Amino acid sequence: MYLYPVWVRLWHVLNAVLILILIITGISMQYTGKEESAIIVGFARAVKWHNIAAIMLTFNYGFFVIGNIFTGNGKYYRIEKKNFLSALMKQVRYYAWGMFKGEKHPFPVTLESKFNPLQKISYVLAMYVAFPLLIISGLGLLFPETVVNRFLGVSGLILTDILHITMGFCLSVFLVVHIYTCTLGSKTFSLFRGIITGYHEPEEH
Amino acid sequence: MRFTRSVIILFLLISTSSVHAGFFYRDRHEAVIQDTAVFKSPFFDDNERCFKCHGQNRYEYTNENLGRQVKAMMFSERIVDRDKFYDSNHRSFSCTDCHSEEYTTFPHSGQLRMEQQYNCLDCHGGDDKFAKYNFEAIDSEYQASVHYKLEEEGFTCWKCHNPHTYKLEVRTSSNLKEAILYDNNICLNCHANFDRFQLLTDRKEINILARHEWLPNQSAHFKSVRCIECHTEANHELLVSHQINPKEKAVRKCNECHSQNSLLMSSLYKFESREQRKDGFFNGIILNESYVIGANRNQYLNVFSLILFGLVILIIGGHIFFRIFKK
Repeated sequence: MYLYPVWVRLWHVLNAVLILILIITGISMQYTGKEESAIIVGFARAVKWHNIAAIMLTFNYGFFVIGNIFTGNGKYYRIEKKNFLSALMKQVRYYAWGMFKGEKHPFPVTLESKFNPLQKISYVLAMYVAFPLLIISGLGLLFPETVVNRFLGVSGLILTDILHITMGFCLSVFLVVHIYTCTLGSKTFSLFRGIITGYHEPEEH
Repeated sequence: MRFTRSVIILFLLISTSSVHAGFFYRDRHEAVIQDTAVFKSPFFDDNERCFKCHGQNRYEYTNENLGRQVKAMMFSERIVDRDKFYDSNHRSFSCTDCHSEEYTTFPHSGQLRMEQQYNCLDCHGGDDKFAKYNFEAIDSEYQASVHYKLEEEGFTCWKCHNPHTYKLEVRTSSNLKEAILYDNNICLNCHANFDRFQLLTDRKEINILARHEWLPNQSAHFKSVRCIECHTEANHELLVSHQINPKEKAVRKCNECHSQNSLLMSSLYKFESREQRKDGFFNGIILNESYVIGANRNQYLNVFSLILFGLVILIIGGHIFFRIFKK
């Protein structure tokens, strides 16, 4: 089943590479020491590459949002209010219990519904909540003169940075969980193959 | 959407409360009692004899040969601003404490131009009253400084610390940003004024902005740190290091300041750092005035994020375990 058009795959691979650069350079800046270690990139280099990758990510995010508006891909992210919570619990139960008992996938992938409810909520939170906050706070740190000096008596830069690193952390956790759940396809690497070739391999059960 | 809204509100509450202590600290910090008394010098009238001419651009005197009043312009280097003088550290002095009594007669004798000037140690050296400023250590540092090499060209303490206007800033100011501006202007007085610069050296004019172009967010750095943070040798014995290093030894590595053991804690924030904050931020004192990436991590957020990440890995590990053994 052809599920991932070329533009989605291009956006996804670029997003993945940029996010990895941003996590490594972000951790480098946050945990920098006076002595540069081999694991962590030096501060000056980290700042440079973090800025470059961040600007590219911002444009790539814009490409993703525009693509979702003007193609049918946006519909996969729409959450139906009706019965969503029970559908979500059904999916959680499947991952926690049902899949070990050989139960069938409660929401098999179709052309109409690419994501299961758990995927939907996590993708929406990641792409439409965490990403915008990450980008806006990141732009604030890139242009600190635009950040309000004090907010409720606290430096605006501190609040902006805390928001930025919290969103960065949330997306890092998302990345780990996302990569792991991508091993839950019909075979361990079938979902990885899918996002490269564009074709989804149907579940065996 | 209600869930999303709740997450945002919860985040804002957590982030605000994590800097809560800083909020109260700041209020207390700003509540420094201001000196409202207007200083009245016991030598005010005596000093007016000098300020009458040296206190402004224009002065008048009676030319006995011409038999009339003459108006003339005062040479800018000989003007002393009254207000700045009476706001300075030396405000309680009489002019003739440092200058010859002969200046009280006009016209001044030409010989007085050769008058030997005091330097800081002539008055402040070996005096217990000034022991806390450690003038002897300042002098040793100065002698190791690049400025000392210019003594033959006429460099003295006064080139940076104008005796008529100098006042302690970083040690006493409640507004660090203003203190930074004051201190940086001491350097820029010569380094950004080529006429003054040429009095001491034959070097070409330096464009400070172009020379520091490599510095990311240049204006933010210039507003938040002093020139001496990068251009002096940090000395734990002194509040303000006086050993100006040659340009090759200037700090250029970002992580000297952007790290947990930030250089700024032994320079700009040395005096304030005695009042430690307890709200979990490394080098938290910096947060009163600024925010330095890498130096201001919050240890509670660090621990919390590690626990959260550990839990995620644990859950994934458990899931993998069951996948393997349920096959």
